[in-house]
Amino acid sequence: MAVILDAQALCKSFGAVTAAADVSAAIERDSVVGLIGTNGAGKTTFINMITGYLKPDRGAIRYEGRDITRLPPRAITRLGICRSFQIPQLYGSLSVFDNMMVGIGIMLRNAGLAGYFSRREASVPGFGRPPREVAEQLLGRFGLLEDRARNAQVLPGGARKLLDIALTMVAKPRVLLLDEPTSGVSAEEKFGIMQMVLDAARAEGATVLFVEHDMEVVSRFAQRVLAFYDGRIIADAAPQAALADPQVKRYVVGIRA
Amino acid sequence: MRLLISAILVLLAAVGPWLPQWAMFIMTVALARGLVVLGLLLLLRAGLVSFGQALFYCIGAYSAGALGRFFGVSDIFIQMAAGAAMAALVAFVLGFLLARYRGIFFGLLSLALSMILYGLLVKTEALGSTDGFNILPSTLFGVRPAPEWVRYAVLVSAAAVAAVAALLVHRYLQTPLGRLAPAIKDNEIRVEYMGASARQAVHVKYVIAATLAGIGGALAATTVGHIDPEMAYWTTSGEFIFIAILAGTGNVLAPFAGALVYGVIHTMAYDLSPNTWQMSLGLSLLLLIVFLPEGLFSRRLKWR
Repeated sequence: MAVILDAQALCKSFGAVTAAADVSAAIERDSVVGLIGTNGAGKTTFINMITGYLKPDRGAIRYEGRDITRLPPRAITRLGICRSFQIPQLYGSLSVFDNMMVGIGIMLRNAGLAGYFSRREASVPGFGRPPREVAEQLLGRFGLLEDRARNAQVLPGGARKLLDIALTMVAKPRVLLLDEPTSGVSAEEKFGIMQMVLDAARAEGATVLFVEHDMEVVSRFAQRVLAFYDGRIIADAAPQAALADPQVKRYVVGIRA
Repeated sequence: MRLLISAILVLLAAVGPWLPQWAMFIMTVALARGLVVLGLLLLLRAGLVSFGQALFYCIGAYSAGALGRFFGVSDIFIQMAAGAAMAALVAFVLGFLLARYRGIFFGLLSLALSMILYGLLVKTEALGSTDGFNILPSTLFGVRPAPEWVRYAVLVSAAAVAAVAALLVHRYLQTPLGRLAPAIKDNEIRVEYMGASARQAVHVKYVIAATLAGIGGALAATTVGHIDPEMAYWTTSGEFIFIAILAGTGNVLAPFAGALVYGVIHTMAYDLSPNTWQMSLGLSLLLLIVFLPEGLFSRRLKWR
């Protein structure tokens, strides 16, 4: 399969702490990859480097053959690499619907379709429909239509997570990085949320990387697992094989092999 | 909005000739200040408080003044255009610095910049240093109105310009870039991760705000007929923030209404107690914050 995203020997340290030591991973198009590891193992640093929030000290990131290592987050987003956040990053004072409309506005603007003088309502690039319909469609897909008029600030945890992910979908992601999509969500809701998110990603044809602590969720949804420990990838395999790895058992799952 | 603004404009033009000179003066100054506050509204919506809009107000005034003093140009529209252009130019350059800062840093840096201009003007003999200088009575498109009609002519020109500015800003607030304001206030990280540059958006808003302040400054200069470095002093910026709080950020008419209310309170306070007018003003601000925390035209408290 074709490689869409290629991290090559990424290194990053914060003072004495090594957050990434020679991390390499080639991500294949249309795959679903689970990132596991204890807190501080380097999963979020990995995502932060790919999305441009952090610049690696050494190494390179290639996306569809293009070097994106030094690009700022907004340029990387425009190329189709989008992320959600462990703690949902929403526009708290705006309604759920307006959260979506801000995002759609940015898409229109970046496509040069919503300048000051454009009179006519343009259709959203990639969706081929007017902004309001796109917002409704995406909110519907994540079961948020009923909450459309509520303030993002007062949404319950699960809905905040979903809105955070719905916002990334506005940008038509080719690669979707989800940082703990099910953290802070009740155990019963986890599987439903993951299913909903992966269905949405598949509908868009997006490659998915997700950080997850629940090994049941990982083994159910991931096709491939990258296990992080101390800034290194200690296992890179299919879920069953990765979770059976003695090092992963010891350092990630927490069972002495 | 367009209908409402046109109606106000027509009403003003129709009633104008019967207004006393002092009322026209207060209204014109309110329009000038309202323009500055309209710019502040843009910044406030993005969560930025500029303590230095006086910088651009003063630049606008001195640009208009310099045109008259050195080139003999007294046409009010040319003066306003010059004030706008100078302010926009300066803001474009300063914006590269200021758009990087938020919160108190943005506020204090903008204040510092306006105080630098104040310091420079005070030392500049050619521009009258602390005394400033007088400005010729305005002309319109080369026509010099009869003395008793100058105030009316300036008022209507000011109202027309303010109306156009309010409409343009109203429309701007509905574009994606304009709508980005509350998003920047709420969550800049998310803005960046959706593919927009918050810094660029702030820069644009800063330049628009400065342009409006420049027009306001030029207008105030020709209305008052005199300019001095006090226009760049931080208390002038404070006045604008006072008006912005008084008005609220609900819609584009709020700054003008707020400026008018401020002008009336100010004049009355000065008339009633010339030595303690600041106290009356302070008290009214206090009452306002307690009873109308979101201003006269807040989005929550709409006139029904």
